[in-house]
Amino acid sequence: MSALLDVQDVVAGYKPDLPIIHGLSLTVAPQEMVTIIGPNGAGKSTLIKALAGVLTVSSGMVRLEGRDITNLPTHRMAEASMAYVPQVANVFTTLTINENLLVGASSLPKSEAKTRIERGYEAFPDLKRYRDKKAGVLSGGQRQMLAVARALLTGPRLLMLDEPSAGLSPLMVSEVFERLKALVEDGVAILMVEQNAKAALAISHRTYVFAEGRNRIDGPSAALVEDPEVTSIYLGAGGRKR
Amino acid sequence: MTGFAAYLVFFLIVALTYSIVVMGLNIQWGYTGLFNAGVVGFFAIGAYGTAILVGPDRAHLIGGFGLPFPLAVLGGMALCALAALIVGLATLRLREEYLAIATFGIAISIQLVALNFESLTGGAQGLVGLPRPLFGLFDSPAGYNLFYLGVVAVMAGLVYWALETAVRSPWGRLLKAVREDETAARSLGRNPARVRLEVFVLGCVLMGLAGGLYVGFIGYVSPLDFLPILTFQIWAMLIVGGSGNNRGAIVGAVGVWALWAMSGLAISRFLPVAYQSQGGAIQVILIGLLIVLTLIFRPRGLIGEAESVSKHAD
Amino acid sequence: MLQAIADGILSGSIIALGAIGLTLTMGILRFANFAHAELVTWGAYMALGVLSLTGAFMGPLAPFSFGVPLLMATLVAMVATALLALAIDWLVYRPLRGRANHLTLVFGSFGVSLLVRMVILLLFGGAAQYYSNTLQIAMKVAPGLRIMPDQIFTLGLTAVIVVALHLFLQKTRLGLSMRALAENPELARVNGIDTRHVVRWTWIIGASLAAIAGVLYGLTVQLRPEIGFHLLLPLFAAAILGGVGNVFGAVIGGLIVGLAESISVLFIPAGYKLAVPFMILLLVLYIRPTGIFAGTVGGGKS
Repeated sequence: MSALLDVQDVVAGYKPDLPIIHGLSLTVAPQEMVTIIGPNGAGKSTLIKALAGVLTVSSGMVRLEGRDITNLPTHRMAEASMAYVPQVANVFTTLTINENLLVGASSLPKSEAKTRIERGYEAFPDLKRYRDKKAGVLSGGQRQMLAVARALLTGPRLLMLDEPSAGLSPLMVSEVFERLKALVEDGVAILMVEQNAKAALAISHRTYVFAEGRNRIDGPSAALVEDPEVTSIYLGAGGRKR
Repeated sequence: MTGFAAYLVFFLIVALTYSIVVMGLNIQWGYTGLFNAGVVGFFAIGAYGTAILVGPDRAHLIGGFGLPFPLAVLGGMALCALAALIVGLATLRLREEYLAIATFGIAISIQLVALNFESLTGGAQGLVGLPRPLFGLFDSPAGYNLFYLGVVAVMAGLVYWALETAVRSPWGRLLKAVREDETAARSLGRNPARVRLEVFVLGCVLMGLAGGLYVGFIGYVSPLDFLPILTFQIWAMLIVGGSGNNRGAIVGAVGVWALWAMSGLAISRFLPVAYQSQGGAIQVILIGLLIVLTLIFRPRGLIGEAESVSKHAD
Repeated sequence: MLQAIADGILSGSIIALGAIGLTLTMGILRFANFAHAELVTWGAYMALGVLSLTGAFMGPLAPFSFGVPLLMATLVAMVATALLALAIDWLVYRPLRGRANHLTLVFGSFGVSLLVRMVILLLFGGAAQYYSNTLQIAMKVAPGLRIMPDQIFTLGLTAVIVVALHLFLQKTRLGLSMRALAENPELARVNGIDTRHVVRWTWIIGASLAAIAGVLYGLTVQLRPEIGFHLLLPLFAAAILGGVGNVFGAVIGGLIVGLAESISVLFIPAGYKLAVPFMILLLVLYIRPTGIFAGTVGGGKS
C-alpha cells in the first residue's frame, strides 16, 4: 500500500541549533487515522508543526502523495492537499465565524470559496447559526469544530490535528472524535497528536509512541492497548530506569 | 601644554563622560535588552539637577542651593532615578517597545522644560557661571583640566569595575535569563518586571552621574548640549563597541567621539561656508548609517566581537 | 475655546491619518516603527518637489489655496512614500526580522528615522516652506471661530479616507487577511495567507496615508524637516490610546490628542504643547494599556 504521507528521519526544533526531535519517521495511508502519543516533551507537537511548515525541518524528508513537501512555506500547504489545526489558539477570536471561514478559503477563487463555505455550513449547522458572531464567544468545543470546518474548506486529503481534545469536556471530546471518525469514512486521512493515550488508542487505526524526540513503538492501536511497554514509557518517562 | 595636548585633555574628558552614559545604556540594552530611546533626557536631568543644586542663589531663579558638588551630583542622580521610575513603572510590565516610546517621550519633555521653564533652567541661555569643584586649587585652567580628566577617568573606572562585578554576580546572571527567557527568570524566584525596573533605573542613574560630571567640567548648562542627536551618538558608541561589553563601551565612546570631532573639524575647515549646514547633515547621516549598517552586518559590534554577551552572562 | 476645539479637530485629523498607518504596522508587523512619522515628512516634501518641477501652471480651485497640481503631486508623493517604505523594509527590516530580540527592529527603525530626516534636510534645506504663497482668507463661521477652506478640505478628506479604509478592512479579502494577520500570524499562515504579500500591502497603505497626512500638514501649517520628529509622539500616543491595531481607535485617539494639545494652550504655556501627547501616553499606559478600544495586539506582554 503506498503511503499518503511519508515522513523519514525528520529533525526539527524551535531553534536551529537545538533540535527537539531527532529523526522521527512515520507513515499515514489514505483514509487512515493515525495518532501520536508520548509523554510530555516527546516532540509530538514539534513534529506536527514541522510537517505543517510552521517549524523548519533541518534534516529528513516529508512526502505527501509522493511529492516532496519538506519545508514548503506554511501558506502553500493547502495546495499540497493537507490541512493543519493547531492546538488551543486555532480560530481568530476577533473575526466572525464567517470571516474565519473566509480566511480559511483565501487560497481558493472567490466563487469556489463561497460554495465550499456553504457546504461547510451544511456539515456544521451549529456554525451557521453563529455565522456573524465573533469566534471569541464560542465554547472550546465549538472553536474546535470551526477550526476543523475551516481546515476542510480546501479539500485536503490529510488533516493534521494537535491535541484536539485539549481543554474540552468529556462529552465534547467524544463529539469531536465522532466527527473525526466520520471524516475518515468520507475519505480524509487523519494524523493527530493526543495527550490522552487511552482515547487515542481507542479511536485510531494505528498509533506511534514517541519519547524524547525519537520513535519508540508503533503498530495497530488495538495491539498497543495491551502492550506493557507503552505503559512503562508513560510511567518511566522514556522507559529507562532513572 | 601645547594647543593639541590641551585639546586632547578636553576631548578625553568629554569622551570619558560619554563612556559612562554608554555603560549605563549597555546595562540596559546589552545585558537586559531594554531599549532606551531617550538617553539624552536622562543625561540632561542629571546635568540640570546638578546645576540647580550646585548653583549660587540668584534672584530671578528658583533653586540656587549652593550645595557641595558631590551632593549636587547625587541629587541629579536621584532625579534621574525618579524619572526612570515614572517611565519604568508605566511600561516595564507591558510589551517591550512601550519603554522605547515612553523614553523617547521623556526626552522630548525634558527638552521642553529646559527651554521653557526659564525660572528654573534659565531657558535658552541656560544656567551659567556654575562653580566648578576645587577650581580654586589650581593656578591654570590647563592644570585644572588635567585634574578633572583624572576625576572623570576614576569615575569611569569605578563604574566599569562596579558593572563588571555586578554582571558577574548572581544578579547579573539574572539579566540574561530575563532577556532571553521569562520563565527561566521566574523559576529563579525573581519577577522579571522587577529585575527590568532595577536595571533600567540603574542605567539611567549612571547617565545622570555623567550629566553631573559634564556640568562640573564645563561650568554651565544649556539646552544646546542636550540635543536629540546625542541619543543617536550614544547608541552609535554602544553598537560600535559591541553591546554587552563594557570595555567595548568605553572604546566605542572614545572612537565614535573622535570620528565625530574630526569630521566636524574637517567640515568647518574644508567646506565653503555656504555648505556647512549640509556638511552637518552628512555628519549625522554617517552616525545613522553607522548604527543601521552595524546592526545589520555586525550585530555584535565592530570591535566587541570576541567578548560577547553570553560569555559574560554564562 | 471654540477656535481651540476647531484647531484641535483639524490637527487631530492629521494625527489620525498618520496614526492609522502606525497602528496598522504596529499591529501587523508587530514592532513600534520609529521611522513612521518620517514617512509623513517624506510625503510632504515629495509633493513639494513635484510641485516645484511642474510649477503652478494651473490656478487654484477656488476657494482652496491649491489646485489640480497639488492633487497630482499628492498622488506622486503617495507612490514615492510607499516606495521608500518598501525599500526600507527590504533593506533594513527584512534582514533584522529573524533576530532573536525583536527590539532589534525597533532599534533599526530608530536609526532609519534619523537617516530619512537628514536626507530630507540635505535635499530640501532646513527652512520652512509652503506649497503656495497665496494667502487664504479665513471664513468667519461663528463668533470667535475662523476656519480656512483648506482646513475644511482636510477634515473632509480625512473622513472620506477613514470610511474607505474601514470598508476595505471589512469587505475585501486583503483587508480580512490583514485583520487575521494582526491577531495571529502563525494561524494566518496555516490558513493559507501569504504573509509577505500582506506585509507589503500594509506598508503601501500605511505609507500612502502618511504621505497624505504630510501634504495636509504642509497645506495647513508649513513644511519643515522636523515635522516627523514632532509628530512621532502624538502618533504613538494616538495609536496606543486607540488600541494598537485598531484603525477606528487610531482615529479617535488622533482626535483626542489633537484636541488635548490645542486646548492645553489655554491653560499651560504654549511651549509645553509638545509634552501633552507624552502625558496622555503615560496616563494610558498607567490606567489602561490596551487603549480605549481593545486593539488586536493589546498592551499586555505577548
